[in-house]
Amino acid sequence: MPVINVDDLTDKDKAVMEVNQLKIEIKLERWLTSKCCEEIKEYIQAGVDEDTLFKGISEEKNPFKEKGGCVIC
Amino acid sequence: MGEMEQLRKEAESLKDQITAARKAVQDSTLQEAAAGITVVGRIQMKTRKTLRGHLAKIYAMHWSTDSKLCVSASQDGKLIVWDSVTTNKVNAIPLKSSWVMTCAYAPSGNLVACGGLDNMCSIYNLKGKDGNVKVMRELAAHTGYLSCCRFISDTEIITSSGDCTCILWDIETGTQKTVFAGHQGDCMSLAVAPDFKCFISGACDFTAKLWDIREGTCRQTFGGHESDVNAIGFFPNGNAVITGSDDATLKLFDLRADQELITYQDSSIMCGVTSLAPSLSGRLLLAGYDDFNVNIWDMLKAERVGKYMWKLYIPLENGRKVDPAEDSEGSCRVAAGTEH
Repeated sequence: MPVINVDDLTDKDKAVMEVNQLKIEIKLERWLTSKCCEEIKEYIQAGVDEDTLFKGISEEKNPFKEKGGCVIC
Repeated sequence: MGEMEQLRKEAESLKDQITAARKAVQDSTLQEAAAGITVVGRIQMKTRKTLRGHLAKIYAMHWSTDSKLCVSASQDGKLIVWDSVTTNKVNAIPLKSSWVMTCAYAPSGNLVACGGLDNMCSIYNLKGKDGNVKVMRELAAHTGYLSCCRFISDTEIITSSGDCTCILWDIETGTQKTVFAGHQGDCMSLAVAPDFKCFISGACDFTAKLWDIREGTCRQTFGGHESDVNAIGFFPNGNAVITGSDDATLKLFDLRADQELITYQDSSIMCGVTSLAPSLSGRLLLAGYDDFNVNIWDMLKAERVGKYMWKLYIPLENGRKVDPAEDSEGSCRVAAGTEH
């Protein structure tokens, strides 16, 4: 879509645009949802160990840990 | 039959055909695929940092790709770049217009952008020669408010607007490269795909649209929400889209199946979703709501596994995800890590 001025479009122009868009979308090749769900599940399970929010993180490794006081030896 | 009526009937018929085509590939649900998986245990969030400095509502924030710096935009008329680890303010940029609604950090870390009721997207160079942060470009062409902006690179940015369009800009020349028209309501938010080839937009016409950046075309439209889509994001692998709506639900749409896989809802939640962010693996989904709460969802089991109540809360997850909520006290809180 090149640069168009949306304000110049009439209601009919917009209706034609909508029909043309639907004609494009109808042609889509769709995957079975079973395949998609399996993929999502596998992706999550593969990444879960690295997911800090899920697994947690040790205090030492946490960049946002509260800093301790100073100790003078 | 008038022309308009004919077009309307044709659109309805095409929509019915698309619905049928989607049903034809619907051989399983995410619940079924995740049946053997145990729900995530209760997640407790712990506030780690509080970034204080803004004097009015904070409308937006965006992390830098380094996961340490972030930029926030407030209606006190300032854009602040924070070092989230030290809580220091790296830059405090005064804005021409204080009615800011969105901000963005460029992947390179060199630029930030913001915009709002001024209908413009202003680009600021953080790495100017004399050390001063100045407006580099003002991108003006939208005839409605700027709801969201996201950088593709230092030379290109995409904006979404209340004028129902999204625009791809050439930052150097300050001109529009492509106008993405098709939404029938205000565009509220956008997100760029991990491979930078596509972007998604959520709008007040209750739909989300997937756009091809180079072709300039809309590839897919996702309906199902019963109200405005305020928040949108990609699932980490780039093959699915997560939306958050005023209808109090979030939905996961798969791009290849071209349909919704699951809805995240609870009868006790009655207010709109304002923002969302999936965790690194995609197992957890953080969602900010109109009542200033953040709910944490198990994305596979569609169950709520945590809740964070605060006046303002911005959770950090490996520094990559944001979940901003409005703050009435003028301070911005970032929390990291989980406490099990």
